[in-house]
Amino acid sequence: MAYDKFNILKSSAVPLPIENVDTDQIIPARFLKATERKGFGDNLFRDWRYNPDNTPKEHFVLNNPIYSGKILVGGKNFGSGSSREHAAWAVYDYGFRCVVSSFFADIFRNNCLNIGVLPVQVSPEFLDKIFKAIEANPNAELEISLPEQTITILETGESEGFAINDYKKENMLNGFDDIDYLLNIKKDIEVFAQDTPL
Amino acid sequence: MSKTLFDKVWDSHVVKHIENGPDVLFIDRHLVHEVTSPVAFLGLKNRNIKVLYPERTFATADHNTPTRNQHLPVKDKLSANQLKALEENSKAHNIPYWGLGHEKNGIVHVIGPENGITVPGATIVCGDSHTSTHGAFGAIAFGIGTSEVEMVLSTQCIMQPKAKSLRISIDGDLNIGVTPKDVALFIISKLTTSGATGYFVEYAGEVFRNMSMEGRMTVCNLSIEMGARGGMIAPDEKTFDYIKGREYTPKGATWDKAMKYWQTLYSDENAVFDKEITFTANEIEPMITYGTNPGMGIGIQNGIPSADAVEGGNATYKKSLQYMAFNEGEAMIGKPIDFVFLGSCTNGRIEDFRAFASIIKGRKKADNVTAWLVPGSHRVEEAIRREGILDILNTAGFELREPGCSACLAMNDDKIPAGKYAVSTSNRNFEGRQGPGSRTLLASPLVAAAAAVTGKVTDPRELMELQTA
Repeated sequence: MAYDKFNILKSSAVPLPIENVDTDQIIPARFLKATERKGFGDNLFRDWRYNPDNTPKEHFVLNNPIYSGKILVGGKNFGSGSSREHAAWAVYDYGFRCVVSSFFADIFRNNCLNIGVLPVQVSPEFLDKIFKAIEANPNAELEISLPEQTITILETGESEGFAINDYKKENMLNGFDDIDYLLNIKKDIEVFAQDTPL
Repeated sequence: MSKTLFDKVWDSHVVKHIENGPDVLFIDRHLVHEVTSPVAFLGLKNRNIKVLYPERTFATADHNTPTRNQHLPVKDKLSANQLKALEENSKAHNIPYWGLGHEKNGIVHVIGPENGITVPGATIVCGDSHTSTHGAFGAIAFGIGTSEVEMVLSTQCIMQPKAKSLRISIDGDLNIGVTPKDVALFIISKLTTSGATGYFVEYAGEVFRNMSMEGRMTVCNLSIEMGARGGMIAPDEKTFDYIKGREYTPKGATWDKAMKYWQTLYSDENAVFDKEITFTANEIEPMITYGTNPGMGIGIQNGIPSADAVEGGNATYKKSLQYMAFNEGEAMIGKPIDFVFLGSCTNGRIEDFRAFASIIKGRKKADNVTAWLVPGSHRVEEAIRREGILDILNTAGFELREPGCSACLAMNDDKIPAGKYAVSTSNRNFEGRQGPGSRTLLASPLVAAAAAVTGKVTDPRELMELQTA
């Protein structure tokens, strides 16, 4: 499925300074029963966000109206655990277009790239600066430039580069997905399959 | 040029390499289950395309399924919907579907090897992170997301950059009471849950050579819990003996030809790994976790470490202990528990039930413990009956449930209640993993059995009949 193009994103951010945020927290297993990709944002961080009686937990950041924006900033090793793409869908469906962390789990990173959420990996020092900037001013804006591969804290002007492979960058900029690419080389695949017995 | 085992298998499956981009990797076998596939099939429908190679695709029901009364319609509407969707999608695309009640039904990573779908040198994917299990046979096997499931259904390929290689070597003999699960939990506790991110792991050395195929599966299964894409072990005679004659493995001349190839699947002597880590077998003790990720594990006789002694943020560590209602410095031995779960793709194989039975034989289930014993497949269930293990379980006051993922991720009715402690042979102790508010202690089947009969965290060595030389 083709997705929205990503170019430059300027937005305030939601801070979640916790390490090893696993995908069971991002979307608990009991919410994986849908057969369509709809409405996962409602259950993003369900058990951190709501009490068992469905009242919002006051202290969780998504329930704090002073924080908003299209960027989620998480601690080290974000997205570990289950391969459920539903976690990336929930992040996207809630309204985030970018997740920033000092370290991502592999499958979560891939899943994000495949649905049009940009994972931006920064140094632990820069991650710290971002958290401090948001702490000082909840409206502090970040600018993420995919063409330049930079992330900037606009108030301080501090900036850092981030890595993304050329192919994925091109896809994100144009909103293409891998299946479009693969369907175009179907002949090569069929030739390869002939020589590859079961 | 010298190559690692991983290089050999990966390189032989690259359809195309994209400069500064991913490889297009051909996938030999694709395993599908009900939870991560419906949206992928919907994608195919929207593109108006069919599954490219249904004969390389296998579907089963496991994540959602009840572990009781499987002959009756599934009560949970949403689960029933997902199961129906998989059945219909499989039919529409000519994919074999092993639904509830089918003799081949069971947890996807248990039935793959059982039916010979898993073979050395293959590339195997599934929309489930524990696909790494199949690496035990010298295959490259890893978990994928739903977009990638759609990718493989429609093109039999996946686009990923090649991972870096990490070899973990352990030589020597394991101590009494130390199982493959303990070996894996030990490694994860040393590497942390992110320590192998970006790497594909090869397990090497005496400990893995001496391990049964079931044990190797347990170790490879848990590779993902240290962040690795997957784990693998070079195939040997044990591997070939295990797969020979299974339904989907090659036969006759094709077998001989395959064997010639499989026997080349090992890391060359001079192969260079991006990273090497070595442990010795005798440092490993029976393990138990105390926190909310699989890296938070200790030798069962040890105390819970203090925050400043562990890697990771202090706030995260404190949050974790608070969730578990444990304190720094406390002993794990003697902590009362409420539930025991034997099962999952990590420890739901026949050998795990044999280990469990070896401890509970002649003893009784503790009154304060609810035990859910869930075989990984119908074939495992059959073996439990055939080998007389069911009698041992029943005599000790336990009952056997029907196969499925069950309380590992609690997508069915098997949920550990909030605040309760479960000694679990599964793979994840994340917050709420086994049910909202549940508290999970990951451990081996021996530790689970010791807890099941004593009602508290117990060193299984105290209950083992120690062999004298």
